[in-house]
Amino acid sequence: MQVVEQATITSTFEEIRRRTELHWKQLWNSGNPVVMVGTATCGRAAGALEVVRAMREEIEKQELVCPVIEVGCMGHCYAEPIVMISKPGYSTVCYGHVNPVIAQRLVREYILGDDPCLEFVLGALEQNDVIPSFADFPRAQYEKKVILKNCGQIDPTNIDHYIANGGYSSLAKALQMLPDKIVSEVKESGLRGRGGAGFPTGIKWEICRNAPGRLKHMICNGDEGDPGAFMDRAILESDPHSVIEGMIIAAYAVGARHGHIYVRAEYPLAVQRVRMALRQARKLNLLGKNILGSNFSFDIKLFQGSGAFVCGEETALIASLEGKLGIPQHRPPYPAIKGLHGQPTLINNVKTLAYVRHIVEHGAEWFKNRGTDRSKGTAVFALAGKIVNTGMVEVPMGTTLRQVIFDVGSGIPRGKRFKAVQIGGPSGGCLPESALDLPIDFDSLRDAGAMMGSGGMVILDEDDCMVEIARYFLEFTQRESCGKCTFCRLGTKQMLEVLTDITKGQGKIEDIDVLEQLAQDIKNGSLCGLGKTAPNPVLTTLRYFKDEYLAHVMEGQCPARMCLDLIAYYIIPEKCERSCDACVGTCTVEAISSQPRKRYKIIDQEKCVKCGTCLNACPPQYNAVIKLSPPSEVPGQI
Amino acid sequence: MAVILEEDTQVKQETSRILRRFSRKRDSLIPILQEVQGKLGYLPREAMLEIAEFLGIPEMDVYSVVTFYNQFRLNPPGKHSIRVCLGTACHMKGGYIALDAWKRRLGIGPGETTEDREFDLDTVACVGCCTMAPVTVVDGKPEAKVEPTRVDGLLLSFGHESQKELKESHASS
Repeated sequence: MQVVEQATITSTFEEIRRRTELHWKQLWNSGNPVVMVGTATCGRAAGALEVVRAMREEIEKQELVCPVIEVGCMGHCYAEPIVMISKPGYSTVCYGHVNPVIAQRLVREYILGDDPCLEFVLGALEQNDVIPSFADFPRAQYEKKVILKNCGQIDPTNIDHYIANGGYSSLAKALQMLPDKIVSEVKESGLRGRGGAGFPTGIKWEICRNAPGRLKHMICNGDEGDPGAFMDRAILESDPHSVIEGMIIAAYAVGARHGHIYVRAEYPLAVQRVRMALRQARKLNLLGKNILGSNFSFDIKLFQGSGAFVCGEETALIASLEGKLGIPQHRPPYPAIKGLHGQPTLINNVKTLAYVRHIVEHGAEWFKNRGTDRSKGTAVFALAGKIVNTGMVEVPMGTTLRQVIFDVGSGIPRGKRFKAVQIGGPSGGCLPESALDLPIDFDSLRDAGAMMGSGGMVILDEDDCMVEIARYFLEFTQRESCGKCTFCRLGTKQMLEVLTDITKGQGKIEDIDVLEQLAQDIKNGSLCGLGKTAPNPVLTTLRYFKDEYLAHVMEGQCPARMCLDLIAYYIIPEKCERSCDACVGTCTVEAISSQPRKRYKIIDQEKCVKCGTCLNACPPQYNAVIKLSPPSEVPGQI
Repeated sequence: MAVILEEDTQVKQETSRILRRFSRKRDSLIPILQEVQGKLGYLPREAMLEIAEFLGIPEMDVYSVVTFYNQFRLNPPGKHSIRVCLGTACHMKGGYIALDAWKRRLGIGPGETTEDREFDLDTVACVGCCTMAPVTVVDGKPEAKVEPTRVDGLLLSFGHESQKELKESHASS
């Protein structure tokens, strides 16, 4: 590389950086307070846009100068909508569960007045003497944010914020390095693909770099299809430039000219944010011809998926980009050698690419210092289901499941008992309490029968039926199977039918053997990951929760009282507070009435649709509504 | 008959207007279909024929792509779209119960449109709002914690029930 070129890159980037830093400082040092509202999809679902509107209106009404910035998701999704207020002289305070009324109060009492409204506070960002900060939370000792660092702290629609926080400096550095050096650095770091399978990223890059071919492609796989996982969505919505920067560096390292970001159509906000980010990057010549004055040219196109789970598989994704059916192809040849249009194609997951800039910036050694022997760095998990602190968390590899669920996630709500954690989506499995002390990494999870997958964790408690969750996943994989391999297409259907019978109480004892046999056949007879891993949810639940299957089959009983065909709702007359009408009013099908003389409530089992509304409505001090299984347990029923 | 013909020509016009912006490469097929559906709400036969001709590929290929991917629909949508999320977290927190409630209230199943073309109901694999489960996406906006009572609340906010009652009272009087 020529010295002149290096100097151009440095000076071009320095100029951009100086300007963005100036904007950033102007925002924070203007002497005015700054309000930040998390408006990623999770925030919006909880009403964040209404909060933004209320804040702006109130600020205008009070004639204050105070910008309201929309930021991404900071991972504390349980407390959405989240508002952060930074007032000069105070540490930044974060408020949870904000609604428009609270928003107006915050403006009047904290921004205009001086009362930080402690009753709505979630925590402070910096440590101080008054308000507990996030660093004091028990989860702080486990959380090590690398790729989530910017999420919820910067405006994802403003490239200046990203650059002012160190963004694109790794690109400027990488463009002055030899591509081989970058590849060897990534290889040395031990980074493994975060899409699920955990293939060493550096080796993939090396294969693609050495593959013959003048035209190469770089694809970012944002087809996060696993139900229960949303890390890729959150990153694309909250920090899209980190992924774009990773893509440009990867493309430079392997010599790719064309880039594609494949985002699910179910993520409209992510699509919108990525599109905007690409436009901004192009404007600053971070994309396009002769990036930052170097000899390297590269551009990225956005491609929206169209709702097919199987397209998360790389060969299917490529077929879909080519306008064909998303049907996986036999590998080898691997896409790194023969991919899009038969040309060498590097394809990496969103999170994998988000790590790239940090590895370039801090070096392989820094990355290697975290994590376990064979899985380096951090892991990002999405916590959902029956857990107090739902949201996103980034912890070093090797943290145990127990630490993630009980210390970071604060355990199970409503004093219920933990039953299992479903990890890895439809390809993963359900791990019981006994597996909780397992340090999480790619290999340990696989040994336990689950899979890292993309990192979705759904926590299940005593009210969740393990047969039902196995049936749910089979229903999903059966529907999403592309139909190419017979065992996947028909085998999953057979398994689904058997499981459906069991959840209806029509199962036979032989069915359990049939399930095990079919699971083996599907694993052996399928080409891609979808089929090969589809039986995992069934196999792990059979391995760890066989007694539940047996209860369904032998006694027609659902121990968790979840399978609708095997339960009935019942109001205990002795517990019913006769003058209360809570359940009667809420019943959506008018199935509850008062017993004419004694006034306790009765459920008409014929009319009841088992939606559970009455159980939620019954005041906790009475607790008169219960679920019974099998339904014949209801007194007076035959 | 005349009405149908008129509709067909309109579909053709809209489709060819969109096609002008694309290259005649097979790669454009899915983006074209997405654009056309975005404009028309669904993919009528006429539009698919037009696209096949434009790209110079068999009509069968267009149809197979349309039916392979979940996003594409062959029948017109309702005025309001109801998408019940059936991701893992939503399912475990009662997404299937919410779906039942929608089915009961609208009187249609997933993939169908109400007779008055007010609502269409469908399921979606996961919208990534797992922390707000169970989620229903109503007209593109994810609604958090949609339980059967909330289903009624949302419907009420559309004034659907009241309109229906109004119609019924008109009919009876």
